[in-house]
Amino acid sequence: MNLKELLADDRFELLSGTTTDREILNTRCCDLLSWVMARGSQGTAWVTVQAHTNIVAVASLLEFACIIIPENINVEKDVLDKAHDEDVAIVSTPLDSYGIFQYFYEKGLR
Amino acid sequence: MESISFNEEGSLMKLEYDVLKEDFSRAGEASSKIKKVLMQLGIDSKIIRRIAIATYEAEINVAIHSEGGKIFVLVKDDKIEVLIEDVGPGIENVNLAMTEGYSTATQQVREMGFGAGMGLPNMKRCSDEFYIASKVGEYTKVKLVMNL
Ligand SMILES: Nc1ncnc2c1ncn2[C@@H]1O[C@H](COP(=O)(O)OP(=O)(O)OP(=O)(O)O)[C@@H](O)[C@H]1O
Ligand SMILES: [Mg+2]
Repeated sequence: MNLKELLADDRFELLSGTTTDREILNTRCCDLLSWVMARGSQGTAWVTVQAHTNIVAVASLLEFACIIIPENINVEKDVLDKAHDEDVAIVSTPLDSYGIFQYFYEKGLR
Repeated sequence: MESISFNEEGSLMKLEYDVLKEDFSRAGEASSKIKKVLMQLGIDSKIIRRIAIATYEAEINVAIHSEGGKIFVLVKDDKIEVLIEDVGPGIENVNLAMTEGYSTATQQVREMGFGAGMGLPNMKRCSDEFYIASKVGEYTKVKLVMNL
């Protein structure tokens, strides 16, 4: 599925003002950065409660589809600015990780 | 422990970056610059990905565990060599440090998602050759070689 499709659902909001034409190939929920570095792959929609600038570096280096910040956790402007510069999409949602996975499952991402 | 040599002879390009202690907001910048240069050189994307992962882990280790250091990249005809050296506490037991899950990271950096104890094993997994040398109270040096 495409990131555009995710954003068409009003529970998902793009915070970083980046381009949205990118394919979501898989999803992963993990807050340990080097675990994500080891297991993430291109096109991952990465769910994490970490909302500091290092998530941008990880997502950019691994060419993730987007970062999804659950439960309306606040993301500071410096993080969003960096995401914008690196063209990393950061998406916010009120859903928790379970709800996000349920959404993807229903969309056929299995 | 083997000493780590870094032979610049025959290298087509040399890159050099500083990594500052505890500079978390900028950590990852060197890796990101290295990735961009390698992309411009048209290096295979799978190899770039492995180098990006390894240099990022190395960069973060220097930022969280040492007093600061440098990353050098040598692009050669048939391989890419990365040398990461820092000044700092060094590693007492390198074998233990190479074990997945072993970490001495502080609570503060763990809360940021570092400290899974996976960085060094990730670096090794991503490289064709991996060397590490350390002297307690002085330095840690890591050399990675990726064949092209
Ligand atoms: N440059 C360094 N200087 C001093 N000690 C280091 C250095 N790099 C690694 N170490 C030691 O080796 C341990 C293991 O490193 P490794 O990168 O595998 O895990 P980590 O950095 O603790 O956690 P992670 O990389 O998963 O975020 C560290 O916790 C630290 O004790
Ligand atoms: Mg590490």
